[in-house]
Amino acid sequence: MAVRVQHEPFDFGAEANAFAAGRSDAGAVVTFTGIVRDLARGDLDRMEIEHYPGMTERALGGIEAEARARWDLRDCLIIHRFGTMVPGDMIMMVATASPHRADAFQAAEFLMDYLKSRAPFWKKEYTRDGALWVDSKDADEAALGRWAKG
Amino acid sequence: MIEILYFAWVRERIGLPKERLETSAATVADLVEELKAREERYAAAFADLTALRVAVDQELTEFDAPLDGVREVAFFPPMTGG
Repeated sequence: MAVRVQHEPFDFGAEANAFAAGRSDAGAVVTFTGIVRDLARGDLDRMEIEHYPGMTERALGGIEAEARARWDLRDCLIIHRFGTMVPGDMIMMVATASPHRADAFQAAEFLMDYLKSRAPFWKKEYTRDGALWVDSKDADEAALGRWAKG
Repeated sequence: MIEILYFAWVRERIGLPKERLETSAATVADLVEELKAREERYAAAFADLTALRVAVDQELTEFDAPLDGVREVAFFPPMTGG
């Protein structure tokens, strides 16, 4: 179980290998990586990600605990960066390990949906025309609905 | 004393990341009214509360949340992680 909030880049391959290595308790490992995407016009100079130190770790820890309560997970990893990044840079990753493929996939999706709109990060995009805070999307909020308990 | 934190465009509009305030506000909404009455930059930042989120002691909550015993209140726009 790990939550890491960091400025420095992470090595996705090394993290994924370390997470999956020597695992005889879980037959399924799912990973997801988020990458800074250029704008449609191709003019994104950089992205800055601000966060709320303290609350970020608490929120991610809470989301992870919820995932572990819902699915049969043997391990879980969340890494999320803050600071300045350029198109192509990796922003974040999640990894889940479970005896069952469905649990690993669903838990990874749940983690992604929740950390998109419930973890205190804010993205600002810089182009030669200026800077704009990225708006939250209604679709991201709606995505949480499918995890509502009946 | 309550520590008030601002993030993203709320921080930019108000012009500072945090401040400490002696307040008798009973709820977050009362605190917002108190801040809005101070200066135009606060009134501008808090003009549309539907565009804002609030956390009390680092937990997301609603604007009617009580402030009794609270140490830290944070205001920010909807989050855009991932």
